[in-house]
Parts: sequence; C-alpha cells; structure tokens
Amino acid sequence: MDTQTSLHHANRKVMNRHDLTRRLVARLHREEAVIGGIGNTNFDLWMTGQRPQNFYMLGSMGLACPIALGVALAQPGRGVVALEGDGSLLMQLNCLATIGAIAPANLLVIVMDNACYQITGAQPTATAARADLVAIAQGAGIANSHWAADEAGFEQLVERCLAQPGPHLIAARIDSQPATGTTERDPALIRQRFMRGIAVTT
Amino acid sequence: MRHDVTERQAAQAGTWHGTLHGVLKANAVRLFTYVPDRVLTPLIQGAHADPHFTTVAATREEEALGIVAGAWMGGMLGVLAMQTSGFATLPNALASLAVPYQIPLLMLISERGTLGEFNLGQAMVCRTMRPVLDALGVEHHTITRLDELTFIADRSIKQAVATQAPVALILSPLLTGGKVFG
Ligand SMILES: Cc1ncc(C[n+]2csc(CCOP(=O)(O)OP(=O)(O)O)c2C)c(N)n1
Repeated sequence: MDTQTSLHHANRKVMNRHDLTRRLVARLHREEAVIGGIGNTNFDLWMTGQRPQNFYMLGSMGLACPIALGVALAQPGRGVVALEGDGSLLMQLNCLATIGAIAPANLLVIVMDNACYQITGAQPTATAARADLVAIAQGAGIANSHWAADEAGFEQLVERCLAQPGPHLIAARIDSQPATGTTERDPALIRQRFMRGIAVTT
Repeated sequence: MRHDVTERQAAQAGTWHGTLHGVLKANAVRLFTYVPDRVLTPLIQGAHADPHFTTVAATREEEALGIVAGAWMGGMLGVLAMQTSGFATLPNALASLAVPYQIPLLMLISERGTLGEFNLGQAMVCRTMRPVLDALGVEHHTITRLDELTFIADRSIKQAVATQAPVALILSPLLTGGKVFG
C-alpha cells in the first residue's frame, strides 16, 4: 500500500484497468452497487460479467461519482462503488468536495488513472503533468484516499475500504490500453436491470 | 425540534414555498438537492429545517442531477432546485442520462431573466431554457399563480413518476416575486 501522495506518476507501478476491475469484482460479496463511468471504465466493468448491481453510464461524462453518491444516500445499508477515469473525474472534481462534506460511510470511489483521455485519442490529462488525484481528494475532505502501489495493494485497499466506514478513494495508475469490449447500449434496460439488482421496484 | 418544524410550516402556509414544500412531502419526495438562488432561499431553508428531507447542497446542477438520478434508482425520489442559469448547464446530462434512462427527475427552476431582469446575461440565458426543454421533449410548466401551484406541481410530480420522465416546473416571478434590482 502506498499512502504517499508525493510520488510522481512516472514512479508508480502501471497496472491494467480490466485486471484491476476483475480484482475489485471478485471482492464484492454483499451485492455492492457499482457505477461505471463513461467509456472504457464501464466497458471493462461490463467485461467482468454483468452483475445485476452494475450500472453502466453511456454518456454524462463525469457523473459516475454523483450517481454513486445518490445511490449511497438512498440505500445507506449497501456498499456503493464509483469507477471513474481520470479525465472524467477532472471534469467534475467538485463532486469530491460534496462527497467530503456529506461523508457517506458506504461510498468508495475508484479512479483508473491512465493520465490520458484514452477513448478520444489518448490526449494527455492534467495528471500527466502535475495533478495528483489522491492529494486533491484528501484536500476535498476524503481523508481515506490512497494510491494503490501494486495489484496486491489494490486488493488490500479494496477489502479494507469495503469493511470500514468511508467515504474512501483509491487511485491506480493504469496503462493506456482500451477496454476489452463494449456494453450493450439500451439505457432503459440498463436502468431496469440495475434497479432490480438493488431491489428497487417501481 | 418537531415543534419548530410545525411552527415553521404554519408560518409558511399560504406562501408559494410553504405550499411547494407540502406538495413535495405529500408526493414522497425525500431528497432535496439544490444550487442556491436568492428567490429559492425560503424553500431551501424549509427543506434544511425539515428532517423529512435529505438535503444536499450541490456544487453544480449537473452534479445534483447525477445525485437525483442515482437516488431514484436506489429508491428515493428527489428534486433539483436551481436558477435559470443553472438549468443552462444541464442539456448534456439531460440528453445522455435523465431522458434516455427514463429517470423522473423533478426540476424546480426559479426563473430569472424576465419581468424586470436587470442583468443582460440572465435575460439571454433565460431565452435558451424553453427551447432546450422542448428540443429534449421534457414536459414543463410555468407557474405564475399560487392558486394553481398545488394542482400543477402535484399532477406534474405524479406524471413524472408514472411515465418515468423528467419534468421542469418553472417558478415565474409572478409567483415568487422574483429578484429586483437594488
Ligand atoms: C461533456 C463531454 N465532453 C467530452 C466528451 C468526449 N469524451 C468521451 S469519453 C472522454 C474521455 C474520458 O477520459 P477518461 O475518463 O480519462 O477515460 P479513458 O478514456 O482514459 O479511459 C471524452 C473527452 C463527452 N462524452 N462528454
């Protein structure tokens, strides 16, 4: 585990989104809800198997964390995970301050930081320069924010965050591989499955 | 505490914000999110003071939209209160999240930019609001009279939930008094 925020990207271990997402999903034993952010993030979530408790966000770049916060407020007894890319989080950094202020105990944010907008042509994001998303999250009031040093560290952090009151944030430096597949594209069906998956009937 | 709430409600009876507060509660709206607006202040204060509501001060209207969408999927109906200028930041989130995912997002928009506006920017942004709502096929009503408020708000919320579609209630200065120069 690496709780230091002073390391620059170039010195962090590079992991892989699909591999880390599989490691996350393997540790979800209590029907935790997972909100996958735009593009690669939700595509790789989809490719780990379509859990009914997964929500796939097909647009609305940057809103994975706010959606997850909403689910967490509605169902305080359920663990909720937001999976987001660095470019997406940078677009809505303000949501970290809101999460810091509300401090939902059942919310975990996971950032897959490839230092680029991979899906639109791999243009560099600000994390390729100097921005450190863990430091930003800590500054926003999410004290339990950590970099995953390697795969084993990521697994330990996930287990700890799911077991202890949050909010938490885990960031992982990842390679610039695209996702391993894509989701289906029917928003209403995605919502219905998700709502059933988290036991909501309308 | 409870006594306070009752007193506050009594004081609010007969006001637009007290009426709206009651309509939201009667329709099991439990989440109140907002980005501040001067005219909305008494409605926001009423929500904060009432433990019935989970009240979230959001930093951007898009963020609040995401929170309301997530809460709805988790079983909690919510409202997003904002100003005209705040609505103008929402088209992408409406078009890619609330509308296609069929989320009954309840929007309360305090209308700036008309009937005595003193800020040119507000007047211009106001002109984009109804065309955007129309382009997205989002039901909207402009409420100008206290005696119509309960009917319009109550029916609109019920329709939004029944048809799983967003709705916008535009609170005209004719209803709220609006914001005046000086
Ligand atoms: C509001 C908005 N702006 C821009 C886009 C185009 N866009 C789609 S995905 C994306 C990049 C996402 O980057 P990141 O979250 O870092 O994920 P990655 O592609 O690197 O996995 C962009 C810019 C969009 N969909 N919506």
